[in-house]
Amino acid sequence: MDSQKLEGGAYGGVEELYREVILDHFKSPKNKGRLSPSNAEGEGLNPLCGDQIHITAFIENEKLKDLRFDGHGCAISQAAASMMTDAIKGKSLDEVGALSVSFKKIFGIEEKNNMASRFKLEDLGDAVALEGVKKYPVRIKCALLSWNTLLELIENFKKRSEVKYDTSQ
Amino acid sequence: MFDPKIIKKDFPILSRKMNGRQLVYLDNAATTQKPNVVIDGLANLYRESNANIHRGVYALAEEATRLYEEARDKVARFIGSGTRHNVIFTRNTTESINLVAHAWACKFLKEGDEILLTDMEHHANVVPWYLLAKGKGIRLKSVSLKDKSVLDMADFQKKLTPQVKLVAVTAMSNVLGTINPIENIVKMAHQNKSLVLVDGAQSVPHSPTNVEKTDCDFFAFSGHKMLGPTGVGVLWVKPSVLDTMDPFLGGGEMINKVSLEEITWADLPLKFEAGTSNYIDVAAFSYAIDYLTQLGMEAIREHEKKLVTYAIKKLSELPDITIYGPKEANKQGGAVSFNHKAVHAHDVGTILGDQGVAIRVGHHCSQILMKALGVSSTARASFYIYNTEEDVDSLVQALNKVNNVFGLLKKA
Repeated sequence: MDSQKLEGGAYGGVEELYREVILDHFKSPKNKGRLSPSNAEGEGLNPLCGDQIHITAFIENEKLKDLRFDGHGCAISQAAASMMTDAIKGKSLDEVGALSVSFKKIFGIEEKNNMASRFKLEDLGDAVALEGVKKYPVRIKCALLSWNTLLELIENFKKRSEVKYDTSQ
Repeated sequence: MFDPKIIKKDFPILSRKMNGRQLVYLDNAATTQKPNVVIDGLANLYRESNANIHRGVYALAEEATRLYEEARDKVARFIGSGTRHNVIFTRNTTESINLVAHAWACKFLKEGDEILLTDMEHHANVVPWYLLAKGKGIRLKSVSLKDKSVLDMADFQKKLTPQVKLVAVTAMSNVLGTINPIENIVKMAHQNKSLVLVDGAQSVPHSPTNVEKTDCDFFAFSGHKMLGPTGVGVLWVKPSVLDTMDPFLGGGEMINKVSLEEITWADLPLKFEAGTSNYIDVAAFSYAIDYLTQLGMEAIREHEKKLVTYAIKKLSELPDITIYGPKEANKQGGAVSFNHKAVHAHDVGTILGDQGVAIRVGHHCSQILMKALGVSSTARASFYIYNTEEDVDSLVQALNKVNNVFGLLKKA
């Protein structure tokens, strides 16, 4: 019975959700603000809770040289963004894609990516601490918001670069 | 006056636990729990009285039809309607409002016309008008708030221009609990030759309703927010207005004669109830109405006034909590919205849920109001007949835990 599952389950889990490392990132976020100069930006919105993430990045030679995030929302969404920037700064765009697959796997979301096996959970750094969100399915969206925003930013950047390449020919 | 502790016993779900703690249910503005008379009544209707209504000629079908139509009579009495043919059953408040948008507004509103909303409308009373207005040259306007808590009636007067053909307004804000001066609004709107739609989803469950005294033109509400099953909505329409309206959904039951060349419509109200209706839930809804009538809507209002006063007092004692809305039981229904100064409403909701306290957090389908309040979300505790001061104490206790989890507790 569902009720039994709920009764036996998550009580006391809330400390497990709001681990100290998460609260640290929430209270003193890394890479917060706007990057200048930047050549890519993206915005993500979680309409359910009104979480908002804005990312500015500088991409060069297929590499995410630097990035900043800005935004507001719950501790999970903001800490997740801070942790993400820590984990991916300086990585190649392919590596970022692979890391995102590893991250989503924590929440049971399986996506195909040939490079994903290259990374271990530890490579995600502090972001691993978000595994407590697993027990709160409605909050997984909060943890994924910054990652999905970044992936969209990269996707748009790639599309734009292709267009530029085409017209220069 | 009734004793909520005794009432609690009629609601089996309220004795369950959530996350190992006794459930404290404070999300009644979203939906209410159901008493045994509704739960068992619903099951018994399927056990004993089920046959498709308005069709069969055998006794069982007649019985089911009678139960459905008696429910209509009860609803009419409950909301102060002297007539029954203008009480239409829908799926919910949202569908009731969409019905008006399609069957009335779509027919009568033209380019250049305006619809006047308010900054505290639920999306159910915004999106249907947006969909209607878009591309048709119909303009949507919205009345601002005063002190971020009540309607600015001067702004209403100013925006009530000759172009305004419809005023669509909630009787009670689902976020702030604010009770709006509907009779006054209707008077002013009618002087301007504008019709008025009242969203009663929050007001009908919590206070006495009299649609005829209100003199509005359309009145919409839902059964599940007042002890009834989900899937039952009501639309009341002033008879003279209803007569001018074309059907909404087409199908069985709403017709008289059908040929490919010409179709004539069934008599009211069936003209607006296409297809097999949700007759079992409607009949079970009438048991909810009986239950509420027995308690008395005046008594329910008084009970909630006391609870809201207590909740506002208790929440005001917490230095980290900001309360929104009128903060006065005379001016608001059974809902209180608030935020923690340092912790997002979603985190608050999760931590409270962990302690068995169910509240709603987010924008409450009211993004326009969130913008007016200058926040992205709020936490909302909303009460009903079975809530007690102890439930408010549980809320306050759970809120203290928020500081604990976020490391904000001042060390003694």
